[in-house]
This record gives sequence, structure tokens and C-alpha cells, in this order.
Amino acid sequence: MNYIEHIGKYFIMLKEVFKKPQRARVFREALFKEIEELGIKSLGIIAFISFFIGGVIALQTALNLESPFIPKSLIGFAAKRSVILEFAPTFCSIILAGKVGSYITSSIGTMRVTEQIDALEIMGINSLNYLVLPKILATIFFYPFLVILGMFLGIFGGWVAGVLSGLFSGADFIIGVQTDFNPFLITYALIKTVVFAFLIATVPSYQGYYVKGGSLEVGKASTQSVVWTTVTIVIANYFLTQMLLT
Amino acid sequence: MIVVNDIYKSFGDTEVLKGISTTFEVGKTSLIIGQSGAGKTVFLKSLLGLHTPEKGTIVYNGKVNTEMTIEDKREFRQELGMVFQGSALFDSQTVEENVMFPLKMFTKKPFAEMLERVNFVLKRVNLENSNKKFPAELSGGMQKRVAIARAIVMNPKYLFCDEPNSGLDPSTSILIDNLIKEITEEYQITTVINTHDMNSVMEIGDKIVFLKDGLKAWEGSSKEIFKTNNQDVVDFVYSSNLFKKVREAYLNEN
Repeated sequence: MNYIEHIGKYFIMLKEVFKKPQRARVFREALFKEIEELGIKSLGIIAFISFFIGGVIALQTALNLESPFIPKSLIGFAAKRSVILEFAPTFCSIILAGKVGSYITSSIGTMRVTEQIDALEIMGINSLNYLVLPKILATIFFYPFLVILGMFLGIFGGWVAGVLSGLFSGADFIIGVQTDFNPFLITYALIKTVVFAFLIATVPSYQGYYVKGGSLEVGKASTQSVVWTTVTIVIANYFLTQMLLT
Repeated sequence: MIVVNDIYKSFGDTEVLKGISTTFEVGKTSLIIGQSGAGKTVFLKSLLGLHTPEKGTIVYNGKVNTEMTIEDKREFRQELGMVFQGSALFDSQTVEENVMFPLKMFTKKPFAEMLERVNFVLKRVNLENSNKKFPAELSGGMQKRVAIARAIVMNPKYLFCDEPNSGLDPSTSILIDNLIKEITEEYQITTVINTHDMNSVMEIGDKIVFLKDGLKAWEGSSKEIFKTNNQDVVDFVYSSNLFKKVREAYLNEN
């Protein structure tokens, strides 16, 4: 199957997904379950990685600023910009594409190969709507919070790294963080996050839903889903940056 | 009652069903048998509405499949119960949640009422005290019973089973067969079973449809299958020495 066919099939899938849920209480239960599975269970990894990457960004910036004419506060400023513009929305989304994407593909793919999706269809349930829509809503609503958390912890990690290493002072770092604060950058980061969240929910769902074969194919589909979700995130990142910042 | 009128189904250049007509009666257990590749699964999936035949019609209590819209089909599927070969239980849900699922999806009953119904059907399939277990914690036979409970919880008009005995030991197979037969008669369901199990053919087949190369090669009851001279049926059903002897003994007695 060529790429055009996959893209067409993906949009046909979305058409089925965006239908009114058949039963509100079942949908609500599924939504809360997905928020827990896809969102709350990702809090730890996002917090951990954000903190340390923030620290690394600050240390590397500090180590590359050797001129005495450049103020130390620039380290805080650069770390803040890097974390808010790229690290938190894009890097975190790529991490989530790996963690959550493979989970979505393997869970839906297993349902496919063990006939659980057939069972839903035979019951008269729109399986795409039932399985995928709660995932989309859960990621779209929850990932902005994860990314904001990533921003805070990334910047905090930078401050801690400076204080512990002695390369710059905490006060200089905070001055840099407060310098030239542009709220639109947060909006830009959150717009990107929502688009990436949509891709993280739908691309792996597509890979899992249309898998054919057995457990080996489900495994292959999980790998494919991480690759394609990452590719689409990177492409979307480029176009969103061009549209929103230039 | 299901009336199948001359249905054809192809996949690419391969013609799988080549004009099958038959009838499945209410309150009777009908079995579809035939060699692998004969078209049994495609036939069953066509009855379920998962495949649309290119030619011919399937009439369910007067409702013609070709005249149904997608929404009609979704509604109609609520009248179907299906027991899959691998049970197809939702593995992230408990037994109780699995059986309750269709009720949650299609009724507005309060939880207590749904639970009462779930307990009733679980008792009916002799599976009490397993409500909180997950499918992975159950034996194959127990999983099949949960699948039957889920299939009948909505009081379906039609029950379809795809190889309900596969992977089960002989005594559990008999239990499952008898359970399906009892439920079919008790609730007046039209039951269609796709099977390779010759014990089921002998024991519970009110009607047997034998498919060969996408065509209906023979149909009759489990008693008639002993007497048939159709060589294809004889070769298929009495392929083992044991069944050959059973048939000889039956014919000598009658």
C-alpha cells in the first residue's frame, strides 16, 4: 500500500472517529481511563527527563559562554527559551510518542488480532469512535498540562544545575528567566502541543487498528507507529513554527 | 428465522461463496460444516453482516440485508450474539464488566438492575463467583462460558458461534454444546454454529449444512447424516475409524 493510500485511509478513519459517542456514560468512563493511562502515568517520565534536560541545557550554555562581556543572566534566558520553545513541547511529545504511541498501537492491535474489535462491531458499536476518540480527547486536554510541567521543571533543573555546579549563580539565572518574557511563546508551545497530542493519539491508533496477522505484526506495528508519529511530529513542528513565528 | 437466498461472495478473483441458499429456524441449533477453505467462515461472516455478498440476500425475520442502512445494521447487530473461536473477551475488563458491557452500551438501566441481569446469565452458564476475575485468570472452558453469557445478556434473537469447542477437552466441549443447545431452546434463539467438531454434529445438530468449494453440498439433521449416501459428506464426517464404526452400528440397528 502506498503512502497516498495510507493517508486517505487515515482520514477515512478520522471521519468514523469523530461521530457522536453512542453512550455518554461509557464514553466518560473510557475518557477517564485514558487520561490515567496516557496522561497521569506519563507524569513521572516527563518530570524526570524535563528536570535533567533543563539542567544539561543550562550547563552547556554556561560552558559555551566564555567571554566576560556576556552577562551570566544570558544562561537563564537561553535555557528558558530552549525549554519553552522546543524542549517542552517537541522533545516531550517525541518521548510521549515512544511511550504512549507504542502502548496505543499494541493495545488496539492486540484487540484486532484477538477479535475483540470484531466483537465490538458485531455488537453494533462504532469501534473507532469507542476506542480512539477518548484517546484523542485525553491527550489533547492533558498534554498541555504535562508540557507546562515540563517547562517549569526544565527551568528549575537549569537553576539547580547552576547552583550545584557553581558555574553561575541562582540569582543570575532567575534574572535571565525573567528577562524579555513573551507570553506568546507559551501560546505557541501549547498550540504545538495540542497538534502533537492529536498525532500521538491518532497515528498509533491507525497503525494498531488496521494491523493484520498475529503478535509479531502487532510488535512491528508498534515500532512503525513510533517512527511515523515522530516523523509527523517533526514535520508538523517545522510548519507550525513557520506559520506561528515567522 | 434466517433465510439465505443464493448468496455469492468473492475476494479479488477468488469466488468463495458460489450461490448458497438455506434456512435457519428459530429455536434450532444449525451447524455449518466443511473442510478448511470450503467457505464456512466467509458464510458465517456474511450472516453476521461483516461481509456483504455481491449477489443474493439474507433475510432476518423479514428484514432484508440489502435494504438496511449502516445505522439499521448497527441497530440490528444488537439483536445478535456472537461467540468467537478465541472467546474475544475484553482482556482489560473483569468477567462482570465483559458481560455488562452490552447492557451499558445499549440500555439505560441502573447499575443494580444491570448487575442483577449479569449475575442471572452468569448463573445460567454455571459461572458464579468469578465476577471479579479477569479473562486471563480463567480456563478456556470458562472463557467460552463468559463469551456465551455476554452473547445472551441482551436476549438476542440470533446466536452465532465460531468453533465454540476449539481448544477444549472433550468433556468441556460437551458441556459447551449442551449449554448452547439448552439456551437456544429455552430462549427461542436462531443459533448457527461453525464447527469442525463431529461430536457436536452428532449431538446437537438440529440442522447441518455441509459446504464444499463454496457450495452447499448437503443439508439435513444429525439423524439424516448417518443415513446419507452423499459421498462428500460420508468422506468428511466419517473420516475416522471410530465414526465409521458408529455409523455402521447405527445403520445396522436401523
